[in-house]
Amino acid sequence: MSTTEKEIKFSEATMARVHELISHYPEGRQKSALLPVLHLAQNEFGGWLSVPVMDYVASVLQLEPIEVYEVATFYTMYNQEPVGQCMIEFCQTGPCLCGGVEPLIEYTENKLGIKLGETTPDGKFTLKGVECLGACGYAPMAQIGKYYYEHLTPAKIDRIIEEFGKPGWDPHKKHEI
Amino acid sequence: MGRKLLLEHEHVPGIDGYEVYRSKGGYQAVEKALKSMGPEAVVEEVKTSGLRGRGGAGFPTGMKWSFIAKPEGKPRYLVCNADESEPGTFKDRYLMEKIPHLLVEGLILSSFALGANTAYIYIRGEYKWLVDVMEKAIGEAKHNGWIGKNILNSGFNLEIYVNNGAGAYICGEETALIESLEGKRGNPRIKPPFPAVSGLYNCPTVVNNVESIAAVVPIINLGGAEYAKIGLGKSTGTKLISACGHLKKPGVYEIELGVSVEEFINSEEYCGGIRDGHRLKALIPGGSSVPVLPYHLIYKTANGDQRLMTYESLADGGFATGSMLGSGGFIAMDETTCIVRNTWSFARFYHHESCGQCSPCREGTGWMEKVLHRIEHGHGNMHDIDLLVDVAKKIEGNTICPLGDAAAWPVAAAIRHFREEFEYHIKYPEKVKGIYAHLPDYSAVPV
Repeated sequence: MSTTEKEIKFSEATMARVHELISHYPEGRQKSALLPVLHLAQNEFGGWLSVPVMDYVASVLQLEPIEVYEVATFYTMYNQEPVGQCMIEFCQTGPCLCGGVEPLIEYTENKLGIKLGETTPDGKFTLKGVECLGACGYAPMAQIGKYYYEHLTPAKIDRIIEEFGKPGWDPHKKHEI
Repeated sequence: MGRKLLLEHEHVPGIDGYEVYRSKGGYQAVEKALKSMGPEAVVEEVKTSGLRGRGGAGFPTGMKWSFIAKPEGKPRYLVCNADESEPGTFKDRYLMEKIPHLLVEGLILSSFALGANTAYIYIRGEYKWLVDVMEKAIGEAKHNGWIGKNILNSGFNLEIYVNNGAGAYICGEETALIESLEGKRGNPRIKPPFPAVSGLYNCPTVVNNVESIAAVVPIINLGGAEYAKIGLGKSTGTKLISACGHLKKPGVYEIELGVSVEEFINSEEYCGGIRDGHRLKALIPGGSSVPVLPYHLIYKTANGDQRLMTYESLADGGFATGSMLGSGGFIAMDETTCIVRNTWSFARFYHHESCGQCSPCREGTGWMEKVLHRIEHGHGNMHDIDLLVDVAKKIEGNTICPLGDAAAWPVAAAIRHFREEFEYHIKYPEKVKGIYAHLPDYSAVPV
């Protein structure tokens, strides 16, 4: 989805959730809903936070745009630029290192022809190396969309690449691999 | 078999739902506390229990509660720290996934004790599905009258809400968490004032780890004195340990504090030993921030005493020959592990996660990462080892929050115990170049 100014508006369901989130905090403390609302915005407006999207979030929460920018750039889960339909985020911290994530990353890079931090030219896959995801006992693993995929093997990577690149694949569902 | 207080029903089908949880004695502690105890009595039981913060610091929970200020006209808040991010740690996630109502019940008890009418669960951003899990449990509890107005006709009102982070280890530090919960960057605050006086929205606030809050449930059910009989000395009760690395059975285990490290690693009840054909080389017992222990200091302390899973025994010997229980992130490494590469990976982690407020941490973590990268990739020189020690010393104790210490300690400990591996990387650069050719020839290195 593109993020031209005209189209930047939360769906009714999302806007209802935004209002519910704001209601969790005392009067005048709607800024507390900023992080969850930025997650909603990223999900709804194409997987990343453009400046117009951040400005829109600022207007919804009655904040200055800078208050949104400084938060969006601090937290690593907010993407500053477009990402692929399926972003594979490999945990690469100590325990996953022990669990063999490095050869798995290399396998995936070779298979897709891209390096960590890059997106395939068809826009289907982005590879990312991230820090500890709290799945250390189930290494090697990656976060894909909403869920974790654990005890990964090259065969599982093959299936992920085959299935998760299909049109209409939903990152918010847990998929069996 | 060790006694289980938190995970007793972990394998009961449907225990993640309200009906089954209730049928297994769930919410009895709330009935007991609200109907027959009163807030002060709950605080007293927690003090008597000797419960120590399960997030890593090990500060007595009851004492932390007793510090909360009670000015007229200001609300008090309870914030549950579910920003579990310490490498090696995945116990809170397990507890929330398996038995979410245990956390909800603990939150009701703890809020009641503190006089807080609003509690927030701050879940790390990556645990996206757990927001649904916890909101479902909260909804069920509310539907059944355990949350809301005038709970059990006690006059006590409570609402519990979930907030989620967005990928910042620093938000596990309580004042950074509060900043984040206010919708800001996760920059830790200078203390004092402590959150107990001025926390969320400048109101008195207690921030407790998921496991600490859950532990209040068995403490109220059993009574603090009974709880304190479990465990050893000042390490009372049970602790969730998330075991990972080169173990036969990695996973989350509930132990009675006082079990020996040897039993925890090797018994069938717990980790089942090191994977076949390999030998234990090093152990990080409490999350990546605590000092690594080399083989000869894992099962026994420097004095030759048996090393136990307690706050005291794991710390025996100080930083020279001991470590810490920390968060219970238990990382066992066998002889195939390259300590230099592992240390570099942790240094990269801390550099990535430094919030950037304090120069010693912001710059120092970057230096350590770069120097370790250089050594690991065959471009180091012998001065680099002392340089690392020097940088670590200059970070330690010179930052607003403990992230600086957490970054410095693992590097200092790795060099203290495995200096010859660092030297090997520097002396034989051709053997450590390339991604997978980095493992030194361990036949030459005593394990």
